[in-house]
Amino acid sequence: MVRDSIKAEVKNLNFFYGNVQALKNINLDILEKRVTALIGPSGCGKTTFLRCFNRMHDLYPHNRYEGSIILKPDDIDIISPNIDPIEVRMRISMVFQKPNPFPKTIFENVAYGLRVRGISNKKVLAEVVEKSLRGAALWDEVKDRLDKPAFDLSGGQQQRLCIARALATNPEILLFDEPTSALDPIATSKIEELIVELKNNVTIIIVTHNMQQAARVSEYTAFMYLGEIIEYGKTEKIFTAPSEKLTEEYITGRFG
Amino acid sequence: MKIKKFKERIIESLLFICAVSSIFITLSIVVVLSYETFGFFKEISIVEFLTGTVWTPLFEPPKFGILPLVTGTLLTTFIALLVALPLGLMSAVYLSEYAPHRLRETVKPILELLAAVPTVVYGYFALLFLTPILQKFLTELSGFNALSPGIIIGIMIIPYVSSVSEDAMRAVPMHIREGSYAMGATKFQTAFKVIIPSAFSGIAAAFLIGISRAVGETMVVAIAAGMMPNFTINPYEPVQTLTAYIVQVSLGDVPHGSIEYKTIFAAGMVLFMMTLIFNIIGFWLRKKIREAY
Repeated sequence: MVRDSIKAEVKNLNFFYGNVQALKNINLDILEKRVTALIGPSGCGKTTFLRCFNRMHDLYPHNRYEGSIILKPDDIDIISPNIDPIEVRMRISMVFQKPNPFPKTIFENVAYGLRVRGISNKKVLAEVVEKSLRGAALWDEVKDRLDKPAFDLSGGQQQRLCIARALATNPEILLFDEPTSALDPIATSKIEELIVELKNNVTIIIVTHNMQQAARVSEYTAFMYLGEIIEYGKTEKIFTAPSEKLTEEYITGRFG
Repeated sequence: MKIKKFKERIIESLLFICAVSSIFITLSIVVVLSYETFGFFKEISIVEFLTGTVWTPLFEPPKFGILPLVTGTLLTTFIALLVALPLGLMSAVYLSEYAPHRLRETVKPILELLAAVPTVVYGYFALLFLTPILQKFLTELSGFNALSPGIIIGIMIIPYVSSVSEDAMRAVPMHIREGSYAMGATKFQTAFKVIIPSAFSGIAAAFLIGISRAVGETMVVAIAAGMMPNFTINPYEPVQTLTAYIVQVSLGDVPHGSIEYKTIFAAGMVLFMMTLIFNIIGFWLRKKIREAY
C-alpha cells in the first residue's frame, strides 16, 4: 500500500477562549483523502479543534490560536494571523451540526459559494450545482424543484443540501461537525454512506458523538479528552486495541 | 375560605375590566368615527369625495375631493421613506453585523433618543432650519413645502425602522450566519445575501411601522408643509396632509354638527383606513417571522 500523504500538519496547537485554554498542545497529521474522526466526551474540545481548520473562531472576539496548522502541499499556516480567514474558508468547507440552509432556493443554496466568489455565469453555475447535488446524492430528489425554497426539504435532505453546498466550491478539506446528530437513523445512514464515498475525492475530518459512526466511516480516529489528544491512530486499532487506558474506558462506555 | 375566594373573584373582575376597557375605547372610536362619517356621506356623495381633486370645505364654494389630502399625505410619507428606509436599514446592518458589542450598546439608546424628541421641535427644525438650507440649493423651493418636512419625518422614524430591523437581524440564528462565513463569504456578503433575506419578514414589519408612523405624523407637516390642499406630486410646493387638515379644523371654530365639522371625521376615516391596512400587513408579516426557522 502506498504510504498516505499528509494534507495538514497540526503542530503544538493551543487554543484559548479568552483566558480559558480549550486545546492543549495538539500535534497530529491529517491524511489526504482519508476520513479522520474526532471522538471524546462532551466538552473535550473536538468541535473547538475542528473549527480551527476553517478559522470559525475568528468570528468571535477574544479567541486566540497558538502553534500552527500547515496545509499541504503549499505549506501555508492556516491559523497564522497573516492569513485571511476568508482565504482559508475558500479552501476548507464545513457542514454543521444542524442543517443550516439559507432562505433561498435549492439552486441558490448550492450556488452560494460560487456567487460569493464572483461567479455568475449561468452555464457554469448550473453545471456545478448539478455535479454537487449528485455528489451529495440529492440530485434525483430535487432536480425538478431546484427553484423551490430549501426549507421545503426534509431535515436529512437539508443536511445533504448543505453537503452539496460545501462540495460546490471544490474544497480540499471538508469538515463535518456532528452532521447527523439532528437526523433520524435512515437520514443518518445516507449521510454516512455519502461520507465514505466522498473521501475518494476530498480529505474529511468528522466530529462525532457516536462511536459506531466513527468506526463505520473513518480510517483514522483521534480520541480527545479535556482539550488534549489522548490517542490517535488507525480507527481499527483505536476501537479494538487502544493503547491508552482512558481511550479504552471511553470506548467501552465507562464514561463520556 | 369564602372570603378568600371572593377576593380572588374581585381581583379577576378588576383585571378583566382593565383588559376590556382598552378594547371598548378602541371600538368606541371606530363607532364614533363611522357614525360621523356616515353623516358626512349623507350630504356629500362618496364618489365626489373619493375622486374630487379640490378640497375647499371651508371656502365658498365648498369642494369635498379628498385626493389632495391623500396625495399630500402620500408625498410626505414617500419622501420620509426615501430617507428612513435606506438609512434605517443600513444602520441596522451596521449595528447587528459590524458594530462591536460595547459600541452597539452605546449607539442604540442614542439612536432611540431620536424618537423621544417632541415632534413640534422637529416641525420647527424643518421650517426654520432645513427649509432655508435647502432653498440655497433648490431655488424654486417655496417656504412651505413637502420636501423639508418629509425629510425630517424620515429622520424621525429612523429609530423605529432600525431598531425593529436590527432585532430581526440579530434574531437570525448564529448557525445560519456561520454557514455563510464557512462558505468564504465576507461580512458584507453575509449581511446582504443571507441575513437580510433571513430577517426579511421582520424588516418588512419594521418598514410598515415606519410607514404608519409617517402617515400619521401631524405636527411636522402642520408646521412646515404649508396647510395648503394641493393636488400635486411636486415636493417643492406646499401641501396639506390628512392629519394636518384635521388639526387645522379642530383648532378653528367650526360649529358642531356642521358639514365642515363632519369633514374631520371623513378625513380621519381615510387616515384610519390607511394606517389600518399598513398595520394589518405588518401584523401578518410579524406572525410569519416566527415560522421562518
